[in-house]
Formats: sequence, C-alpha cells, structure tokens
Amino acid sequence: MNERIERLRRESFETRPSFSAERALLETEFYEKNDGKFATPVLRGMNFKYICERKTIYIGPDELIVGERGPRPKAVSSFPELTCHSVRDLEILNSREMQSYSVAKEDMDIYRDRVIPYWRGRSMRDKAFDRMPQKWTDLYEAGAFTEFGEQRALGHTALDGLIYRKGMLDIKRDIAEARSKLDFISDPDATAKDDELQGMDISCDASIIFAKRHADLAQEMAEGESDPARRAELEKIASVCRWVPANPPRDFWEAIQMYWFVHLGTITELNGWDAMSPGHFDQHLTPFYERGLASGTLDRELAKDLVSCFWIKVNNTPAPPKVGVTAAESGTYNDFTNINLAGLRCDGTDGSSEVTEIILDVLDELRLLQPQCNIQVSARTPDGVLKKAARVVRHGMGYPSFFNADVVIEEQIRVGKTLEDAREGGTSGCIETGCAGKEAYLLHGYLNTPKVLELALNDGVDLMTGKRVSISTGDPSCFKSFDDLYEAFERQLDYAVTTKIEVDNYLRARYAECFPATFLSVVISDCVKNGKDYYAGGPRYNTDYIQCTGIGTITDSLSAIKKHSFEEEAVSLAKLVEVCGKNWEGAEALRLSMWNKTPFYGNDDDYADDIMRRVYGSLFDAIDGRRSILGPTYHINMLSTTCHNYFGKMTAATPNGRFKGTPISDGTSPSHGADRNGPTAVVKSLGKMDQVKSGGTLLNQRFLPSVLAGEEGINGLVGLIRSYFKLGGHHVQFNVVDEETLREAQREPESHRGLLVRVAGYSDYFVDLDLYHQEEIIARTAQETV
Amino acid sequence: MKPLEGLEDPQGTVFDFKRYALHDGPGIRASVHLKGCPLSCLWCHNPESQEFEPRPLFRPDRCIGCLACVTACPEGAVSASTAGIRTDAALCSGTGRCADACPSSAREVCGKKVGVGDVARQILKERVFFEQSGGGVTLTGGEPLSQPEFTVSLLRWCKSRELHTALDTSGFASPSVLREAIPWTDLFLYDVKTMDPDKHREFTGVDNEVIISNLSSLAATGAQIWARVPFIPGFNSDGEGMRALGKFLSGLPSVRQVNLLPYHSAAEDKHSRWGMAFSLTGLRPPTEHSIRAAAAVIEGFGLKVVIGG
Repeated sequence: MNERIERLRRESFETRPSFSAERALLETEFYEKNDGKFATPVLRGMNFKYICERKTIYIGPDELIVGERGPRPKAVSSFPELTCHSVRDLEILNSREMQSYSVAKEDMDIYRDRVIPYWRGRSMRDKAFDRMPQKWTDLYEAGAFTEFGEQRALGHTALDGLIYRKGMLDIKRDIAEARSKLDFISDPDATAKDDELQGMDISCDASIIFAKRHADLAQEMAEGESDPARRAELEKIASVCRWVPANPPRDFWEAIQMYWFVHLGTITELNGWDAMSPGHFDQHLTPFYERGLASGTLDRELAKDLVSCFWIKVNNTPAPPKVGVTAAESGTYNDFTNINLAGLRCDGTDGSSEVTEIILDVLDELRLLQPQCNIQVSARTPDGVLKKAARVVRHGMGYPSFFNADVVIEEQIRVGKTLEDAREGGTSGCIETGCAGKEAYLLHGYLNTPKVLELALNDGVDLMTGKRVSISTGDPSCFKSFDDLYEAFERQLDYAVTTKIEVDNYLRARYAECFPATFLSVVISDCVKNGKDYYAGGPRYNTDYIQCTGIGTITDSLSAIKKHSFEEEAVSLAKLVEVCGKNWEGAEALRLSMWNKTPFYGNDDDYADDIMRRVYGSLFDAIDGRRSILGPTYHINMLSTTCHNYFGKMTAATPNGRFKGTPISDGTSPSHGADRNGPTAVVKSLGKMDQVKSGGTLLNQRFLPSVLAGEEGINGLVGLIRSYFKLGGHHVQFNVVDEETLREAQREPESHRGLLVRVAGYSDYFVDLDLYHQEEIIARTAQETV
Repeated sequence: MKPLEGLEDPQGTVFDFKRYALHDGPGIRASVHLKGCPLSCLWCHNPESQEFEPRPLFRPDRCIGCLACVTACPEGAVSASTAGIRTDAALCSGTGRCADACPSSAREVCGKKVGVGDVARQILKERVFFEQSGGGVTLTGGEPLSQPEFTVSLLRWCKSRELHTALDTSGFASPSVLREAIPWTDLFLYDVKTMDPDKHREFTGVDNEVIISNLSSLAATGAQIWARVPFIPGFNSDGEGMRALGKFLSGLPSVRQVNLLPYHSAAEDKHSRWGMAFSLTGLRPPTEHSIRAAAAVIEGFGLKVVIGG
C-alpha cells in the first residue's frame, strides 16, 4: 500500500459515521414547492435532479475517484419520504453504543423545524403502518417475520456491462426513441409510460449535472494547487468527470468513475435494500485494463491505486440509519455492496483475469468493512484463483466469500432466464442470486421458521407472551403421529406466508406508485424499452424473495420430537412443549438428552437431513410461485443476515435443547454446536438440500487458524470448497479466528478495532457488534482438523 | 452394511474416525484409528488408543449427577458415592450402555468393534472430498498392523473403490503381515523414532530391530514411503541421532519425504484427561530453532523434509 492509499484508508477507517440532514432538507424544499404539480415519475426525476444540483460536492486530498453520498466522507443521508426519523430517533442514533451516527445539533434542528413537520404522516412508513391488518401486526410483533419495505426502499440490484458501453447521452437517445414509439391510440398505458420515460430522461440529466459539478470543483482546485503533481491529478479528475457518465468510459480510470457516479446516483435517489453492486467488476474492467497496458497509459500500479481509491469510496458510505425491528435484524454499518469476481463470461469462458488478482490484492491490503467481495467459482475457474482467494481468507477477515457460479446460473435458468443473462448474473447483498443489470430482485423480509413451529406446537399461541397470534391448528396432545404435527406446521406456515405476502404486495404496489426509481431504471434493462419503472415490472426479470431463517433449529427440533416423543416415546410431546414454555427449568437432564442424543442437521446423518429436506420442500411449496402484482414472482431465499439473532430473542425454548432468547441457526448453517463431525459432514448435509430451487443459501464456517496453516491448509480449503460445490452448494464463507483472539477483543476493544469477522453474508468489525452478536460468533462450532 | 461382495467382513476395534484430516497423507483424508498398539511411546498423544480392548471413559466436568449410568450398567460396574461416580474396571466389559444413557455425554466408550462394511460406509460418505483434493483413506492407530485381517480387508476394499490408501504404521509387525498390506497400500507413513536400540527400548517399550528391517524390505519393493520422525526433546533431538536417521533413510530410495513431527504438549493433557500416568511431565515442545536445525541435518542427506503432517 503506498502513502496515498494509506492516508485515504486511515481517514476512511477512522472517521466516525455521521448523519446528514442535507438530502432530507433538499427533498423537503422540493416537495413543498412541487408536490402535486407533476406526474409522480416526473416529480421523482425532478427531485433527484434538484438534489444533484444542490448537494455539497466533496473532493478530498489525494483522491483519484471522487464523489460522496453525503456532504463529506462517511456522512449518511436520510430519506424522510420513506421513513421520517423523529428527533428522539436521532438522539438515539447519536448516543447509542452500537452502530451510532454522530448527529450535529444543526441537523437535529433541521429535522425538528423543517423535515418532520412536512413528512410526518406523509412518509411511506407512516402511511403503511396505518394500513397494516391486525393479523399481520400480530405475527410481526411476535417475531414470526420481518418486513423490508416498512422503512427502506425495496431493492437489491447489481449492474451488468451496459454503463461501460453507453453513456447517459446514449441512454437519453434510447429514451427519446422509446417515447417516439408510444402508441397513444391503442396502448392504455401510453401516458403512464410517457411520464416514466420523462422522469428517466430528467434523471440522466441529473447525473450528468452531478458529475459536471465535480469537474468544476476539481478544475477550481487545480487552479489553486501549488503541487504540480496534484494539479495534474485534479485536471485529470476534471476531465474524467466531464466525460462520464455523459459518455461511455474510454479508459480504466473513467470506467471506475463511471460506475461510482451511477452507484452514487442510485443511492441518492432512494435507499434501496441493499446498496448497488457492480456485478462482475473484474470482467467489466478487464478490457479497459488491457487496452491501457497496450497503449502504455496504464500500469498495474496505477490500476491498483484506482481500485483502492474506489474501495475507500464504497467504505465511505455506511448504511442509512435504521430504526426499530429493522435495526435489530440488520444492525450494521455495512450497506452490502458485494463485488463478484471470476465466474463465467457470457460466452461461457472463464471470467478471471489479471484484474481479478488486482482486486484480491486490494481486498487483502485494505481490510475495510466495505465493499464485500466474493469469488464466483465455476468448474472452469482455475485452482490458482481459488488458492489466491484462500490465502486472503486465511488472514481471517471473512472475505472473500465463495459462490458456486454453476449453481447460481442453474438457479436463474430454473426461473426462466436465458443462459447468457444468467451467466452475466451472480450474487449481491449477502448471497442473493440475481441477473445483474436486468432484474429487480426484491427482498421482502425474513421468516422465522422455528417460530412457526412454536405456533404449531402451541395451537397458534405465542409462547413468549401467551397471546394468540395465529390460527388454531390443534393442541400437542391431539397429534397422534409426527405427521399430524407436521401437518399443523404446514398450516401455520401457509398462514404466516399468506399474511406476509398480502402486505408485501401492498407495499410493492405503493413503491411503484409513489416512489418510482427513475434513475435506477435507466441502467436496468429493459425499463427504457418497456417504458416502465424498476418497481413496476420494467426490468427484464422480476423476482420477490422471502428469506427463510433457522432451518437448522427447526430441523433439529423436529428431529428431537420425532425421535424422543414419537419413536422412543421417552417424553410426551405435551410434556416437551410444557418444559419449552418454562425454558427447561427443572428439566436439565431432559434438555441435555435432546441436545446430545438427537440426530442433528450438519452431521451427514440422513435421519436429520431427511427432515431438513422435508422442511425445505415445505418452504418451497409455501412460497415459490406465489403471486405478486407482476405474476408468480415469489421464490425462497435462505439467508438470515443478523436476523437469526433478533428471531432468537423472539423465540421460546425449542425442543432441540436450545434456551429461550438465544440465537436460532443462521442461514442454512447447522445450529451452533450441533455439527460435531467436522466441515466435511456439514457440507454433505447441506449438499442434500436442492439449493438450485432457492435464490441463495448461506453457510458460515468458523475455522481455527491452525486448520489453514501451511500448504495442506490451503489445499484442504480449496478441496472443501470444490467438494461442496460439486455437491450443489451455493455459497460458503469462512471465519478464520480463534476464540482466544475474540475474547481478547472483547476485553480490549480498542486494540482490536480492525478485527473483521464474518457475520452472515457479510463481514463486520467484531468490536462494533453488540455482546449478543459477539457471543453468537464465538458460539459457532470451530472446525478443527487432525 | 452387508459384508462386501467377495470379501469377508472381519471385525476390528476402531476408536476414532476422523474426517477432514489434512496431515495424514496427501489431500483431504478420512483417517481410521485402530485401537491397540504394541508400543507404548512415552510421548504418545493418543494414549487412550494403546489398549486393545474398548475402554470406558468418564469426563467429570460434564457430569450433571443424574445417575443414569448407574442404573444403565447391566454389570453393576458403575457406582455413586459422595466421592463421585466410580467405574470398576474389573466388572466392566465395555457394553457402552452407560454412554448411551448419559444425557450430557460425560461417559464415552473409547473403541468399538466394527466390521469392515461399517467403516466402508463411513468412508464412502467422504468420497467427494478425496476426489476433489487428491486425498483418500489413512489407516492409523494404535497400530493397524496389529489387526491385520481387518486392516488388509479394509485396504483391499478401498482399492476396489479406486480410493487412495495410506497406512500409518510403527513398523512393529511381523514381516508377513506387512507383505500382505503392500499391494493395497499406495503410501506408507512409516514411523521411525531412532536408530539407537537402547533408547528405542527405553522410550517405546520395544526393540527397533524388526522396525528397521521391515522398513528396509518395504523400501526394496519400491513402495512409496513417507518416513515420520517424532521429534522429542531429550530423546532424539540431538544432532547425532538425527544424522543416524538421515543416513539410514537416505539409503532407501523409495522414501519420498521425511515428516518431522515436533512433540506436542497435548500428550500431557491427554494422559491426564484419561487418568493415565505420564512420565514426561513438564516436557516443553521443541523450539522452532531446534526443529529447523534437525530438519537441516536430515536435508543434508538429500532428503525432502516437511515439518508436521
């Protein structure tokens, strides 16, 4: 790392995230003047332009890639049109121990005097919560599921190669052409399409203006710069920002800046879950890299510096502050930009290149929270790339994660994407599969499957509160067989899913109606061609995901019930439910029997794994193919982010021996401590899940550093990953850290500020996690070797 | 699993089956640990494996005092008093009922009689890892050649399934037993402790004569061999001992590499965990420097040395 990058990195690492009311104020000003005067898409395009014309432009010392979401690095904007924070919320953000954001008094005043008076009652969240049906509220408050759309824009999007071929001026020409083809005689939607296209057109202008303001500032700074080297850099920055995003990039530098302007545009317009991702970034940059080398205008070092500067830019954009349940389910500064490396090109050849290696080097050197990075591993990916990635993993920061490119492609083909589009797709956020640049794949929230079982075991009553929150499906004493119980579970599942989807569909329609993403829509095919917004079915592909959480806990619980209550009849189901209600009080021997004498998921034991398959099948049947406003677009996803901790707190003791309030299993990982036969047995169990039928699964593995020591350690890891992927696995990620180090970090957080650990589909600083999450990481079974 | 076609299904006593073993031969391996060893090396880090018969084990730290073991034992070998739970070794025949009944896994039985078919079924579950990493199956112990019928059958079965096999042996076996294993073994992990017969007897309880002559004859067949040398301070850590080893091993062309295995203090913990006497108390693991120096001595004879593994 050279001095420039070291300085920029240090600044980014050390700057505390802060809250900025600037965007909220601009938005308020704009809406006060203009709301009601224009069609909604036009209004949204104009709002975006209003912000781009006025927001503070920042260019810091040493920077090569420019642009911030807020007025300064690590300042985060707010989106009062979606969630209007109260003054109390801001005070909490400012003072809370974890994931705090400093909030200046000035910003609080702006909120109290200007923002809140306008948006309270007008924001999406305020309006939505007024409309929620009681049955939804009951389940939501019991922790049976969460709802992504309740405070943050639905989303989840990565880009394809479009923006490296077309500038905003080219896209404006496409928009003009689409408008010219509108058929106002026979197309009843022509007016709506025209409004949308107008909004898109204004959004293109907005992003050009935003870049030009950076060019002007850079030019001005160049003129006052005494150091000739920095002056030349500032002049180059000015020239880059005058060219992109209006025009397609001509070189490596412009290509990165192009992406960054588009990225900033999409996270300024709205705050979609999750932040934008560049898709196959190495593949996109490779032609520019090769051309630069050939023409002598670029060398590896400059390329690495530019990638590093970009990396730091992404790290400067912490997630927008959340409130309530959403803060509990996703308590992190990470905004989930996730870069895909390697994988396949559209033509099916290996996608790795020298740029892949440069990016891995940057990842390894910078060790920042964001962006995340993953390797898409195809059978065609060379072992060398995998080994290099394994060496980065050995350093213990949880990055990069590993995806099975061939399964990711198969998942997409199963739901109707073309082979080429599927290859261009990949994963973003944590582990979510999507077709980069051509799809809206919206996450709607997590489903707490152990809680659904709890409802089935208690006739629809929440054991934590004693309140009836769901339908009645029978008392445990009336289940004469395991299948009787299972049927009750499936009825509870269907009820919970249906209740959730009714609200998901309502919120999705609201976004389409009130908050069209007119800028995002210009970079997602085929919104322009269709004249439809990203939220309204404009993209080539549209998917709605519900993320099913806790398959380890529910499988183990069902396995315990099946074995001990129905087969061995050692304890009646009624008794088991009773002691779960008492959190195992006075029943420690019984609890230990459940915990130690039950076949558990994660041990390559068909007894448990068959139950897992059955549950997975039920989740698939309950969700896949359900209808949204756009047709049968619902699919399952199997990630948990940090929601398994929130759900754990909301779930009573479970029959597998788990205590009340402790985390449920994460992603598709086994329950903590339930996998007792090492990593090969874990991946064998996971391999029995037909993962292609999901939009992604998530496997966390914690390894002691000694397991990865030496060449045997690297070869072993590569062999393990290859084996899992041969078995049909979608994703695996590794925490390589010993318990001692984690305990030491708890005792001395200050000296461990840089300790990154894999949380769930992303990494976070260990000392930024609350105690509950820290203990959860430590509780994961550490895989040893012999 | 039924006995394998065309093969007997001999029984063996196995005390551990380890998956994702990375240090018992190339690639990801499954290692099958056979119970019972004719040697009793003072530094043994699997002391519970030395006896040939299954052995009940008790971990007091896990015991919740529910007395399920006392009730479960059909032989009345387990009793409880104010002093705690006691197992009378003379009465225990190793049924394992106590372990089955114990809710907290405080009781285990080390060693189980199993058929080749039972082990084969476990091994097959790991096949994908062998194939993706160039790994395979390692038979280790204890001393696998002390259960020759079981060991050779299992090796033959592995080869019938195209699996790479490694045999980790002390070499203390009759030459004819060793010969039987050769056709089914891709790689021998052959322990050589010292060339000094007196020291060998003192520290392992047996002569090294048959070990050395077996190794010579094995090498003469062209079998692939990794020599494994435990590096024990105060036993074979002096330069002279290493030179003698290096000289001998370098005369055997089919010795492909030498694995130098530094003494690990886990041996002491293990002895105390299983309530066994340990005569090397307080022995410190060798320093990095002394390990490198020993490696250099062996390398001086033109041999490839790997530390650990």
